[in-house]
Order: sequence, then C-alpha cells, then structure tokens
Amino acid sequence: MQVPILKQRHYLIASIQGALTDADLLRLCDDLLEQVGKFRSQGVVIDVTVLDVMDSFATRTLRSISQMLKLRGAGTVIVGIQPDVAFAMIQLGLRLEGAVTALDLEEGIAFLDKGKKEGQRTWPVSST
Amino acid sequence: MASEQHIAIASDADIVVARQATRALTVELGFSSSDQAGVATAVSEIARNIVEYAQSGEIVIRVALNGGHRGIVVVARDTGPGIDDVEIAMGDGYTTGRGLGLGLPGARRLMDEFDIVSKVGKGTTVTMKKWVR
Repeated sequence: MQVPILKQRHYLIASIQGALTDADLLRLCDDLLEQVGKFRSQGVVIDVTVLDVMDSFATRTLRSISQMLKLRGAGTVIVGIQPDVAFAMIQLGLRLEGAVTALDLEEGIAFLDKGKKEGQRTWPVSST
Repeated sequence: MASEQHIAIASDADIVVARQATRALTVELGFSSSDQAGVATAVSEIARNIVEYAQSGEIVIRVALNGGHRGIVVVARDTGPGIDDVEIAMGDGYTTGRGLGLGLPGARRLMDEFDIVSKVGKGTTVTMKKWVR
C-alpha cells in the first residue's frame, strides 16, 4: 500500500493508511527524499497513527528516513505512535532516538513551525 | 475459532499477513491491547528472521490451553541454514543480517515462554507462548 504524501505549505505530510510491508516503507523513503527536493519542503510529518505494530524494520527505516531528510535540509516529525505500540517497541528494545516525535499531526506541524520561525536548521537528529 | 492457522512465509508481504492473523487471534482470545501489540510485534520479528535468513518457512498460530488459562502458541519453522550458537544469537544486538539484532531477544521479552531449537544445515524452530492475563 503506497503512502500518500500531501503538500501543505512548506511541508510534506505522509499519512500512513494501513499496514505496510518492508517494500512499502522503503518506497516511502524514496518518495519523501525525491519530493522534499521537488517541492523544496522544509519539513516532513510522518503520521503513523494507524500502525498497530512498529517492529525493528519499521523503526529502523523511520529513523533512517529522518536522518536522510535532515541531510536534504528538512526536519522530520513522526506523529501518532499509539500507546500500545510504544509499549511493545520498548519491550522489544527499540528506540527511535534521533528522530523527533509528537503526539499528533497538529503538534507535529507546530514543532516544524517553531523551528522555522526560529530559523532553526539544526534539527535535533543524533548520529545513532 | 480455527484450531490452527498455517501461514507460509516467503516474502515481506507474508510478514504482514502473519502479524495480522496473530493480531486477530489475540483479539478473539481477549488479550489486552498492549499484549495484542506485543505478540504481533514478536511474530513480525521472527517472521522477518525467516525471510532474511531462511528465505522461506511457516508460522503456525493456535490457541493454548493450560488449566483455566488461555493463550496463544506461535511456532515458526524453517529449513534454513540454522543458527551456529543459539546463546549468542539470543543476545541483544547480535546480528549476521541487516537488522538491529533485536529480533530473537526482543521476541523473548515480549512473550511469556520462548523456546528455540536450531541445527546448522537443518533449520530453526521457534516456539513461543503468551497467556491471557
């Protein structure tokens, strides 16, 4: 299932609609990298609200996406990780460290707006 | 409730099928929502191990009964290369593949019971259980 990517002002919003295979996640990565350049986007929100599982592959891919987009000059916020998913991720030993997370789409956009207003270009993405 | 479901695992799309079938059974059995997510995540990890290391295999899910307790049994079988040293493979961060090395130890943490039998050149069988609390 392809993830639709919407352009909203200076941002891209990738809104995951259902369960994703590994291939779908890799395609999301390619699509975002391409579109951030095409639309000169300054930030990306990835909405994972509908995901009921985030396993090691999904976590690693989202972390990589956020690091790659940073190299393209865009900040990334991952929003909507469900409480049960967060619980399972931590038990599995997964960390999204390096990637910015927010409660929902609204908070995610607010984070990007704040960074933009402050002229912030050093998105808090660590090297892990 | 189907007594036993066999899910053939040969591609990343099959991983999704396995975790969705698992999720459906855990819902039916009345697991808490966090345990539903936990069991589905554990199945996702061991299914991915099959695809990554053995190319193909199967996952069997069924209802477990123990006295008054109900739960789910997940068996993951492959006839892949097997694991040389299971103890090392069960350690956090150990991987010979592309992953984070969290699959087996992580799945063990997410489940109540976890057993792995592996023979080099013969394959690997992981059996795990989770009980409804």
